[in-house]
Amino acid sequence: MNTIWALAGIVIKELYRRKDFYVLFVLTAVLTVATGSVRFFQDPNIVRYIKDLCMFLIWISALLIAITMTARQIPAERENRTIFPLLAKPVTRGQVILGKFLGCWLASGIALAVFYLFFAIITGSREHYWPVLDYLQAFLLQWIMLGIVTAMTLLGSILFAAPSSTVTILFIVAGGILFLGRHLNTVALHNPEPVRSIIYTIYFIIPHLELFDVRERVVNDWGLVSWPACGLATLYAAAYTGLFLLLTWLGFRRKSLT
Amino acid sequence: MKRIHPGWLLALLLTLCFTLATVFVPRAQWWNAVPRAADWNKARSQSDNVFKLLFGEGRRLFANEMFVMADVYFHSGYYPSMFDRQDTDRDVADPAHGKAEDTDSTSDDFLGPPPDWLAALDRQFVPNRHTHLSSGGPSGHMNESEVQEILPWLQLATDMNPQMIESYTVGDYWLRRLHKPEQAREFLFEGLRNNPGNSELLFDLGTLYDKDLHDSNRARNTWLAALRCWQAQNDNVKTSMESKRLYGAITIALAHQAQEADDWPQAIKYLEMVKTVSPYPDAIQKQIDEAEKKVAGAK
Repeated sequence: MNTIWALAGIVIKELYRRKDFYVLFVLTAVLTVATGSVRFFQDPNIVRYIKDLCMFLIWISALLIAITMTARQIPAERENRTIFPLLAKPVTRGQVILGKFLGCWLASGIALAVFYLFFAIITGSREHYWPVLDYLQAFLLQWIMLGIVTAMTLLGSILFAAPSSTVTILFIVAGGILFLGRHLNTVALHNPEPVRSIIYTIYFIIPHLELFDVRERVVNDWGLVSWPACGLATLYAAAYTGLFLLLTWLGFRRKSLT
Repeated sequence: MKRIHPGWLLALLLTLCFTLATVFVPRAQWWNAVPRAADWNKARSQSDNVFKLLFGEGRRLFANEMFVMADVYFHSGYYPSMFDRQDTDRDVADPAHGKAEDTDSTSDDFLGPPPDWLAALDRQFVPNRHTHLSSGGPSGHMNESEVQEILPWLQLATDMNPQMIESYTVGDYWLRRLHKPEQAREFLFEGLRNNPGNSELLFDLGTLYDKDLHDSNRARNTWLAALRCWQAQNDNVKTSMESKRLYGAITIALAHQAQEADDWPQAIKYLEMVKTVSPYPDAIQKQIDEAEKKVAGAK
């Protein structure tokens, strides 16, 4: 376990050494503050459009950080040939996969926590009330979702030739699931057989990332999602994360590193 | 330090020049075209419109989406997507159009029973009940002032399409309900600047003067202006149901004001006008008869 933590620690250090996080955070902050500075009908208490925009930017930024950071981990180790001394330590390939996953997931979580802190300060200063538990739940659900995305990207980095192609494909997949995933069953019901069965199969196979998207609830003050439902969603995410990590390990186990 | 190639500097300067030109040329044209100080404010709202600068006339396409967003916020996010194949009534506009606010209606409950276990789980994480911001919102205990959250979208809808009258009338209604008559008046003025002589906006302005600002003289003058503008329209426009409804609303408002001022001959004149478009001419005739009795009694 110490080996896995050591590998994860290196990835976390990478988060604050690289500029990605800072650029995305500043961009989110500038856009949110600029939008917040607009007064509609001289009313300083209108806040939901700011929450909406800020949450949207947080989701985009978190996905960007998680995917781009994870996609370059193993290809960079191979390209710099640092993978050989790493595996000679002795560190097993499974530990490399787990260490990289844990590092990327924790780093995404740290970045996400900073974003949510900013979100809470901005909205709290305007609304004058702090639904801390709602924000904490939204943060946890999004972080759990990032676990699936990180595992999926790690698998992609084993399958695809270059980090750029992994990033592009994963963005399309994650974006597609977030946008369409929830509606695939509705689309299936409006189609004849066998298209209906095919779409329904896809609907049940894909990891439903949108399940963890509680932006609408947070923005419109719907209150907390029931904790048993959150628990079920966590189990669902754990199953998919485990599956993707297993597939990554199976792919990486026999992969030539030269 | 690495030296920058002069070609890159030239390209940067050209980009800067182009950007500045896009900002200043429209302004310079406007300065030349608008010599009167009175038109200064009028034109500023148009030239300052960022959306016009970014999208040109194409921005009008987005106006309807902005209005829909106001309705989405009014329902606290509980709204059918394009995949649900169900249109929803724009409940945010109903009270402004004189319709009753149907808070417990199930006609917009587009979700139905969940088709599978995933959909059932998913519904725990999204807005899942039909509620209105004006009547308590999702918790049922929200202050009515929460309805202010729809206002930015109505403002954006008018920025995108200044000729979208419905955005002004709906915005005016909710601003009045939020006890912000000054802002409502400014919003209607903006609408009238962009749509001079619009009888619907003039009628709403008159109602604002009458009900909220308690200035019956201004209300009467504004309603009379609305009536004149309505009468000046093409005959094709006048025959539509909406237009007839507006004519009826203007004339009945004038008739009621005349009745309150004991100006019965004038009230009869307006009631006769109402009768031509009213779906209940008999009821109006009764009012006319009563008014004629009062006139006869006064003599």
